[in-house]
Amino acid sequence: MIGAVAAGAAAAMLRPLSTLAESAPITRRIPSSGEQLPVIGLGTWITFNVGDDTELRDECAAVMRAFFRDGGGIIDSSPMYGSSQPVIGYGLRKLGRPSGLFSADKVWTSSGSRGPDQIEQSRAYWGVRRFDLLQVHNLQAWEEHLPTLLAMKAEGGVRYVGITTSEGRRHEELEKIMASRPIDFVQVTYNVLDREVEDRILPLARDRGIAVIINRPFRQGALIREVEHHPLPSWASEFGAGNWAQVLLKFIVSHPAVTCAIPATSKVTHMVENMGAATGALPDAGLRRRMVAHVEGL
Amino acid sequence: MPEWWTYTLSDFLLFSPRTYYRLIERHNEATWPWQIVTLGLGLGVAALLRRQAPWQGRAVSAILAVLWTWVAWAFVWQRYATINWAASYFFWLFAIEVLLLVWIGVVRGGMSFRGRRDAAATLGIALFILALALYPMLAPLLGRGWWQAEIFGVVPDPTVVATLGLLLLTEGPPRWGLLAAPLLWCLVSGATLWAMGSPEAWVLLPAALLVLGSSAARGRPEP
Repeated sequence: MIGAVAAGAAAAMLRPLSTLAESAPITRRIPSSGEQLPVIGLGTWITFNVGDDTELRDECAAVMRAFFRDGGGIIDSSPMYGSSQPVIGYGLRKLGRPSGLFSADKVWTSSGSRGPDQIEQSRAYWGVRRFDLLQVHNLQAWEEHLPTLLAMKAEGGVRYVGITTSEGRRHEELEKIMASRPIDFVQVTYNVLDREVEDRILPLARDRGIAVIINRPFRQGALIREVEHHPLPSWASEFGAGNWAQVLLKFIVSHPAVTCAIPATSKVTHMVENMGAATGALPDAGLRRRMVAHVEGL
Repeated sequence: MPEWWTYTLSDFLLFSPRTYYRLIERHNEATWPWQIVTLGLGLGVAALLRRQAPWQGRAVSAILAVLWTWVAWAFVWQRYATINWAASYFFWLFAIEVLLLVWIGVVRGGMSFRGRRDAAATLGIALFILALALYPMLAPLLGRGWWQAEIFGVVPDPTVVATLGLLLLTEGPPRWGLLAAPLLWCLVSGATLWAMGSPEAWVLLPAALLVLGSSAARGRPEP
């Protein structure tokens, strides 16, 4: 046993440094704990809501397998996403409960008193002992849910607490919560065309030590469909982007305040492309400005 | 809903078109050969319309009530609810229509078809034929194959369109009580199809508008 471990370590030491750098996904630190999180996660809105269709469930499990194989960590869902939660549970069971999972779910009900039951139902669907992260979905009844989630965290029932919004909605209220409540995560929409959060939300997150999850990185696929007819710019190779998905994702995760992006997909090929954005270099500030100008000009 | 004006139809779409049409495919596979029975019942309704028997309206109402019950239970509740949490509300919409069909059409004998020949009746016949004969052809015509065909009495859309057609054929003033649930379903399902980019939205939404306009033009409110 010891010999096998030693041999493995020796083999790892002998691997070229460049290979290690390419295979290990880029991670970001969760400010409240220091824990590292891979910068590309997996969203499940629409794509994982496949009901009890075994063929489609198996396709989702294949996406999850590719995700974990390439070093993915965070999977995000919500009770609002139809059957996505049981489909995640199906995939996790099929994959033997991958150790790299960082489970992120939400509470989504207008009643504060119904929150704990909904969370327990979600946990049962996933088949996890506890969630790593629980978020208040779209700020719904957050005044009631947030104390519940923070109490759960204090008792060890969840590791992190957060709050979400999307498509630029209710940012003022979100800012107030970020400034006044001890939350670990915030989830917002950000992509090369929707950059409203750059002004106030992202700087505030850095100041307050709040991790940032980015949803709708491709505008629900519309952004990809818009740009994919255009040739990949030559500067994409400067930061190792081999396709448009990687260009768009690298733009997002290269922002210093962003912890991870959670693109959703039901295709393994797209998952592999997305995970490619978590490897290699990231664009610097100059390139980021160039990316914005280029995509806006398309 | 805060900032409601920032929402679009696609924000409410919970599933992909592939998931939705595979749901119909699996429902067809699971219920086969029930499709033959429901289409037969549809032809039976057509035969009843031509026969001026005193129990004609009661029989048509009973057939519709049975098919609405079956669609509500087997498709909306047991299958559609697996990908759309709002389906439980739609189920009750269907249940209300069943109760109204039974009460107004079967118990009170309030529906009769005497072969009116006005514009509304012509539209009614067209919608009924569309639902029975053309709706099942849409899936194969659009390249989705026969197993994804939407059949009258098996899935909601053609069942609802056929019902709207029949309600336009009834004697007397517009049956607003009976029209409400099918029209609402056309709006909900049509919006879903629209958000999915499905061409069938161009059938369902115009059909609802035509029925609404035609019924409004037909005349006085229900006594």
